[in-house]
Amino acid sequence: MACISPDGKPTESGVKLLRALKSGLGAAEEIAQNAGLPLFRVRSGLRELTQAGLVDQKNDNYELSPKGVELADTLPA
Amino acid sequence: MVEVKEQTVSLPRLGQPAPAFDAATTHGVLKLEDFKGSWLILFSHPADFTPVCTTEFIAFAEIYPELQKRGVELLGLSVDSVSSHIAWVRNIEEKTGVKIPFPVIADLSKEVSLAYGMIHPEQSKTETVRCVFIIDDKQIIRTILYYPLTTGRNMEEILRIIDALQATDEYKVATPANWRPGDMVVVPPPNTQEMAEERLKQGYECVDWYLCKKKL
Repeated sequence: MACISPDGKPTESGVKLLRALKSGLGAAEEIAQNAGLPLFRVRSGLRELTQAGLVDQKNDNYELSPKGVELADTLPA
Repeated sequence: MVEVKEQTVSLPRLGQPAPAFDAATTHGVLKLEDFKGSWLILFSHPADFTPVCTTEFIAFAEIYPELQKRGVELLGLSVDSVSSHIAWVRNIEEKTGVKIPFPVIADLSKEVSLAYGMIHPEQSKTETVRCVFIIDDKQIIRTILYYPLTTGRNMEEILRIIDALQATDEYKVATPANWRPGDMVVVPPPNTQEMAEERLKQGYECVDWYLCKKKL
């Protein structure tokens, strides 16, 4: 798991992705730019966060699910 | 009596779409399609914690910034576990100070190795040989290099091939022997007699009608 550690907490790259997603709906390319991560890592991370129920996919765009918003709100600024 | 049939494995060829994969790596599960839009160097090494492979990993890490400038990602592979890969890349950093910035596939099932023809039984039945697949941003295989277990790869040549392929795509030219960025490139040969005659008037540097060079 690259974005969520076995104890269920987001990893450093997971935190970057969740923070980038807080700004709203976006395509993987925009999220990669906001998160400062390579596009392949973002695509893989979004897949993982979607499977974990933290992100919803709408066509080619992604946004935090209610569960993802809850988690993102607990992240230190 | 059970008849044992020899399995024929079809190896990927230049110009074909790269075989899809979904693999466990040191950076999580990655699929080939995750790299769409970037060029990708998929390379295999025989085994973790071995001397030639260690020098290669350090060398790949050293050219990584140059590859990134060219829009190229790196992805390693061997028939070892994720834990072994993690221990090895940590050991490399601890002993040499070089951080390995790219993911490495743990291909214990050999699914990816077999799809890409990375296992050459005459070299080793269990380890991958030193393969380099250069895959373009549309996921087409553009170059395949095979090196034996005993010979480490040349990073300058890999960078040179990337530069040559990207120049070919951008300017519709070919590159001559030992070409390096800044050198003259080869103008594609003419298809008709008329084109051959016109070519000689176009100010190219020509040895003859079929071998003309120009600056980019």
